[in-house]
Amino acid sequence: MKDNTPDKGMTGARILWECIEREGAKHVFGYPGGAILPAYDALKHSKIHHVLVRHEQGATHMADGYARACGQVGVAVATSGPGATNMVTGIATAMLDSSPIVCITGQVGSKLIGSDAFQETDITGVTLPITKHNYLVTHANEVARTVREAFYVARSGRPGPVLVDITKDAQQTTCDFDWDAAKPHLPGYRPDLSPAPKEYEQALDLIHNAKRPVILAGHGIIISGAMPEVRDFAERAGIPVALTLLGIGAFPAAHPLNLGMMGMHGEAWVNHTIQEADLLLAFGMRFDDRVTGNLKTYAPNAKKIHIEIDPAEINKNVKVDVPLVGDLAEVLHELLPRVETIDRSEWLDCIDKLKGDSAVRDIQNLPDSGHLYAAHVINDLWRETRDGDTIVVTDVGQHQMWEAQYYKHEKARSLITSGGLGTMGFALPAAIGAKVARPESEVWVVVGDGGFQMTLCELATIVQENLKVNIAIINNGFLGMVRQWQEFFYERNYAATPLLNPDFAKLGEAYGIRSMTVTERSQVVPSVRAAREHDGPVLINFRVEQEDTVYPMVAAGASLHEMIRRPSKIVETAADE
Amino acid sequence: MLNTYVVHVENKPGVLTRVASLFRRRAFNIDSLTVGRTEKPEVSRMTITVDADRDQARRIEANLYKLVNVLLVENITHQPSIVRDLAMIKVAATHEARSHVLELASVFRARVVDVAPESLTIEITGTEDKIDGLLEVLRPYGVLEMVRTGIVAMRRGKSASAVNTAPDDQDIAGADVSYSV
Repeated sequence: MKDNTPDKGMTGARILWECIEREGAKHVFGYPGGAILPAYDALKHSKIHHVLVRHEQGATHMADGYARACGQVGVAVATSGPGATNMVTGIATAMLDSSPIVCITGQVGSKLIGSDAFQETDITGVTLPITKHNYLVTHANEVARTVREAFYVARSGRPGPVLVDITKDAQQTTCDFDWDAAKPHLPGYRPDLSPAPKEYEQALDLIHNAKRPVILAGHGIIISGAMPEVRDFAERAGIPVALTLLGIGAFPAAHPLNLGMMGMHGEAWVNHTIQEADLLLAFGMRFDDRVTGNLKTYAPNAKKIHIEIDPAEINKNVKVDVPLVGDLAEVLHELLPRVETIDRSEWLDCIDKLKGDSAVRDIQNLPDSGHLYAAHVINDLWRETRDGDTIVVTDVGQHQMWEAQYYKHEKARSLITSGGLGTMGFALPAAIGAKVARPESEVWVVVGDGGFQMTLCELATIVQENLKVNIAIINNGFLGMVRQWQEFFYERNYAATPLLNPDFAKLGEAYGIRSMTVTERSQVVPSVRAAREHDGPVLINFRVEQEDTVYPMVAAGASLHEMIRRPSKIVETAADE
Repeated sequence: MLNTYVVHVENKPGVLTRVASLFRRRAFNIDSLTVGRTEKPEVSRMTITVDADRDQARRIEANLYKLVNVLLVENITHQPSIVRDLAMIKVAATHEARSHVLELASVFRARVVDVAPESLTIEITGTEDKIDGLLEVLRPYGVLEMVRTGIVAMRRGKSASAVNTAPDDQDIAGADVSYSV
């Protein structure tokens, strides 16, 4: 079938799988239903492995986790109407984090479109603002080209989600299939821009004249695969590197030039470094409000160079002096040979001074008070798993920030998290996708008790697929981050944040997952070891401090240097006695 | 300030929605949008005017280019260009007023396209200013109904279309172009 002679009389459904397979996908995540049934029936002819999810949102997060773990396009499949609308959150998540996924949805027969038929939704209309592009396919002979274009658009340029809505009759009817003739035809699509020579000159000028430069490393580094180039660049030019949340892993945590995460929950001295800088080099990041704080006071003395593949990001939030629009690895290839080595020890010493007593305030350096703190759990998890090929998949909230602070990522694609959209419920399904993409890697879900319950139905998927995924629930009985905001900004009015939870260990056991509950620091390492030794999936319910706080913090809208600092000793909370 | 864009898009279903949705989503306010066929059957052409400062104007262009179906974007705000709006104005014109209205229409080189016992309908093509001017002088007679197409625009001279640009594109500046209002 893989030769170049056209195939006579294939159904749209068979062409669909044939094209998905030829585009390189070996796994898809989906949930069947009426309008997509012809496609499911044709699956028997394909070598593709279908992972049955428990909710279509899970399918999109799995495709997303798959894409982020291995860099290939992830595929999610759902039926029309509610199946398709359930995908919306996952699509928006992939859109904000530039994750390449292709979503295939069934649609009612083309004759029924517009008639409010059973399970009809205008899903291309619904997803128009949250996809990179989408398609409605009403004829079998459009399937091949559309699927090829969908994969191409999803993975090229700044990646993103593409939705292909295929009517039932387009799946059922037959046409000739010719792979070569169905080449993408996208005359208006230009994913391959590159900067002008003059712009390189201007950038080099700024770099060579800067006294206090900082690299801001974002997700684009990982997407572009520019980790070696960024490292070369930082070392050659002697420039320290601060990371965005999604940039974690793009530059080794242990590298002497690594400053760590910046922004709302970045270390205070990292943010001070940015505020003191005279040059910011933004590599594949988009000056998100979580990173900049108040734009009026952001890095007031710094010139800015923005290397970014998406021209629409230039001057969107922060006005830059030199934009270099193009693929990061390619742009750095151009710059690298022309970058001069400059001694910046004065600046690096200055940054060291900014660190001040922050290490003393670090929760890791405080004596064990007998309480179980999430930061300890995560730091212990890191110590136990640091030598392996480990992927940590986090959800959204306090645990996500503690993970970013206390799990030291040395490699790209070792942290998967929902940054831009901040989607609770992301972690568990995304981890399933990551494990399917990289079965040899050790996968840990770090999730709060709130987010876990949004998509916990996918525990069944883990069991049905027999996936070795370890789940660490950071259970504080609160929607912790919201509670923290209520504590700081709403006079401790804990409206709708306390959670009455089920016994997560019993819940895990009900799914056939080995489960345990941990309440003391001394049990953390043994439980992590037991989880790693067990063959199947494991769930650990960490009952941590209820009213713990993520420090430091830049309040929303505050300037980056106005941080709520970590207290010099842990404040005993009301729950402590 | 008002920016005028000429946007060449693929002639496919849903493209107008994509463009309109972009402006809505990024909170750019469209002043006028027109769309129609071009000399190439596979290409439609939009003229869009938007109130935007210089940075916004550049970002609008970049965002338009992000739409897969958009082929070419020209910001012709500061380019020599021909800009036309078309209006049909129904004016109350009783026996006494009729000759005055006709006179005004003739001064503005507008055409009368419908005559009824109580009204005249005038068609006028020109820049927005010119139409506004006619409208102002007709208002005292009673404007019963008015419709405008929104502007269409074209750069003067050499074809700006980089889409499949033919190498033998002729510079037609000055030829067959009215410089008058």
